[in-house]
Amino acid sequence: MMVEKVSRLNPFLRLGTRRVICEEGTPMATTLSSIGIFAVAGILALLGAAKAHDSLFAAHAWIAVIACLIAIFVITRRSGHSDHGAAEEEKYMDGVVRYGAIATMFWGVVGFTAGLVIALQLAFPVLNLDLPFTSFGRLRPLHTSAVVFAFGGNALLCTSFYVVQRTCQARLALGNAAWFVFWGYQLFIVLAATGYVLGITQSREYAEPEWYVDLWLTLVWVVYLLVFLGTLFKRKEPHIYVANWFYLAFIVTIAMLHIVNNLAVPVSFMGSKSYSLFSGVQDALTQWWYGHNAVGFFLTAGFLGMMYYFMPKQAERPVYSYRLSIIHFWSLIFMYIWAGPHHLHYTALPDWAQTLGMVFSIMLWMPSWGGMINGLMTLSGAWDKMRTDPIIRMMVLAVAFYGMSTFEGPMMSIKAVNSLSHYTDWTIGHVHSGALGWVGMISFGAIYFMVPRLWGREQLYSLRLINWHFWLATLGIVVYAAAMWVSGIMQGLMWREYDAQGFLVYSFAESVAAMHPFYVIRAFGGGLYLAGALIMAWNIYCTIKGRKRDEAPMGAPVIAAA
Amino acid sequence: MDYEILRQMADSWGLLYLMIVFIGVVIFTFRPWARKRYDDAAKIPLKED
Repeated sequence: MMVEKVSRLNPFLRLGTRRVICEEGTPMATTLSSIGIFAVAGILALLGAAKAHDSLFAAHAWIAVIACLIAIFVITRRSGHSDHGAAEEEKYMDGVVRYGAIATMFWGVVGFTAGLVIALQLAFPVLNLDLPFTSFGRLRPLHTSAVVFAFGGNALLCTSFYVVQRTCQARLALGNAAWFVFWGYQLFIVLAATGYVLGITQSREYAEPEWYVDLWLTLVWVVYLLVFLGTLFKRKEPHIYVANWFYLAFIVTIAMLHIVNNLAVPVSFMGSKSYSLFSGVQDALTQWWYGHNAVGFFLTAGFLGMMYYFMPKQAERPVYSYRLSIIHFWSLIFMYIWAGPHHLHYTALPDWAQTLGMVFSIMLWMPSWGGMINGLMTLSGAWDKMRTDPIIRMMVLAVAFYGMSTFEGPMMSIKAVNSLSHYTDWTIGHVHSGALGWVGMISFGAIYFMVPRLWGREQLYSLRLINWHFWLATLGIVVYAAAMWVSGIMQGLMWREYDAQGFLVYSFAESVAAMHPFYVIRAFGGGLYLAGALIMAWNIYCTIKGRKRDEAPMGAPVIAAA
Repeated sequence: MDYEILRQMADSWGLLYLMIVFIGVVIFTFRPWARKRYDDAAKIPLKED
């Protein structure tokens, strides 16, 4: 009766209900049709491998064939079990969130390890192994994509599905489409990563995958958008909670950025090479309009969605000011999109565009700090939780790093500062205080929050291990950022040092040699961060297994009074 | 529609339009009678899972 009434109001819900009934009525037909789809896709991929213009494209086609075979194998094995129908009855679709949480953890460890490897390569070039596949130039995009898109992307994917269902009191829309999004995204990651190692790149920073991988991601992303929007449409909660605004802005903007920045003409429809539609300074600006907004909307807006849901949940109190969160949202949306030109100071880009990028970057101070204050003040009256709850501690550190790196960023966008900082390791340090401090820590907090709930565990395996993770990660970030500040400024100063006759004092190679100790320190910081993540992976694994560590509770003295 | 025209439109009417929309959003958000509405909205995550 109730369903009837709601369905009439909401066509999306009706569609969803009918699908469920259909699946329960004829599971065999669904299984057969999905096997059919994968079989056709597999045969097409096989044709691609046979007709490939170059061996790299063939390699990727073979990966697609293998992916289709695995899909068919898994579907065939699954069809025998009857728990499929029972799972449909659950209020929320959490299976995909569980997979997403594990994928986040897995890709996190992979990405941090890749980062440590390339940090060591910079310190000890012999580690390039003299092979093209393991050279810094190929492993560096592997690291950036693994942490940004694989670790960060999976964290966003699974938390957005978790949050949108709970704040809308509605199950994910469009049935199994969420599973397509999850596995389609993993395929994108595998294609991107293998491509880098094999030497496939369109040489656009953070957008290295070639045209056919871009097309695949576009398809996956559009389905992601539809699932998210469909869930919002069938919500039972009248108001759309602000975390969902941030997630939606992230999904929509990334779609726009991805499509425009990757407009390219393939050399051959069976080949792995393409050329950008733009050229010269237009091309550069398109790339940095994309690049900076990938930071703004992928690494900021999406993770702010996380902050606005998981911080109030963990602190058990509503966000400090809901109005401020709305202002935070709209000012970020209005301003971020203009900040990209600050990546092209003192280049062929017209001066007014450079200044525009700088001014908008500086204006971003306001919303960023408004948002940081909003997040931190959520704890007002509950600051004691900092002492007893290591997850809160992690989230507070994340928000503090959000504030710190969004202070540093605008400062570096000022032309005078940029003339010193640009192309130096200071930039690398800045990116990592944002990525390790803000993005990493808020994601860890969200995963620690979700895992016991997703697997129906009373509590995490160990709170004390979170504390270990917290301190290893914090120390790692501080060591990393400090090393890069010192070395970056040193590098910048060495490059601009003139003698009395107007000659440059240092050769470039001398500035590289001077970096060595800082590269070693940086790798040490990265190692600490990776160690923290490994402890987390162990903690998460044991929590899923349902174990509990025998330990003194947090906040109590570790050693009982003797 | 050359570059100059587009640029002039952007830094005059475009700028004005975006400024007005943004200020409108701020004023709308702070309308006094919506206080309870926003307080309720802030509690959405804290409702039962």
